[in-house]
Amino acid sequence: MDLVQLQRQLVDYKTSLYNEGFLDEQFTQLQELQDENNPDFVVEVVSLFFEDSERLLNELTKALEQQSVDFKRVDAHVHQLKGSSSSIGAQRVQKVCIAFRNYCEEQNIEGCVKCLQQVRHEYSLVKTKLESMFQLQQQILSAGGSIPM
Amino acid sequence: METGDGASGSSSNKRPEEDEITEKNRKPEEDEIIEENWKPEEEEIIEKNKNLSVLVVDDDPVVRRVHDMLLQSIGIKAHVVENGKEAVDLFCIGLSYDLILMDKDMPVMNGIEATKEIRGMGIHSMIVGVTESDVDSEKREFATAGVDYCFQKPLTPERINFILNDLNNF
Repeated sequence: MDLVQLQRQLVDYKTSLYNEGFLDEQFTQLQELQDENNPDFVVEVVSLFFEDSERLLNELTKALEQQSVDFKRVDAHVHQLKGSSSSIGAQRVQKVCIAFRNYCEEQNIEGCVKCLQQVRHEYSLVKTKLESMFQLQQQILSAGGSIPM
Repeated sequence: METGDGASGSSSNKRPEEDEITEKNRKPEEDEIIEENWKPEEEEIIEKNKNLSVLVVDDDPVVRRVHDMLLQSIGIKAHVVENGKEAVDLFCIGLSYDLILMDKDMPVMNGIEATKEIRGMGIHSMIVGVTESDVDSEKREFATAGVDYCFQKPLTPERINFILNDLNNF
């Protein structure tokens, strides 16, 4: 595939991520913050998000497996996940977190377990998509091109 | 013409009169934050902000990095800590900051307690509370504790600009 095609593919891909609600305006803000002095800023922040999310998802799984669920603890983790997902613009993850918090408030175990499944799912979707996007970007850069905004 | 290079030695026009800001950077309608095309004269902004000290307090590594970068992009190298207690400790050892970005929900010591403690120490620096959600009761609680402003996270360049303009007019 030639450079122009790659670039077009990237633009289309990015557009679809926004249209499908995987990313929102906040992601754009992150891209705008990146500059020559910090050329890997977006990848860096997204990697932080991946690490943090994986930790939180594990904690959530453990917390919901307990005999007597500590909803405050669950809520605290979801709260954090909501915060970091909104900071990178991972809109669908953020939305599930909002529903998740409501179930925590109601102390509804079933609801919480369902939300955990959902948030895991949305997280793995956005992770795959972002990784694909970064791969495309890398291909473009390796071919000597620049990333279209 | 400003070279933007602070090392050039001409300190005559680099007075710490940060409150004497040029009219074009003031935004009279404070609540009318212009979301699009925030592109002020970069060099000028960075010069103006060079002497500002900012403390970022947040337990989320993603948010810390994003706020840090936001500030960096306008010439500010912030101190970054993970919770309210770490922030209070910095004040206890005598450090001071022009601006504190204080997250509300943190382990060890949350933003509300930390704000109360800092205000209790007689510190009048600007504190901007940063909350998860846009809920009024949360913001009010934070305001009662002593923050000057409260915004939902993450902060945007427009919000930072608004805060700094206000700070410079303090």
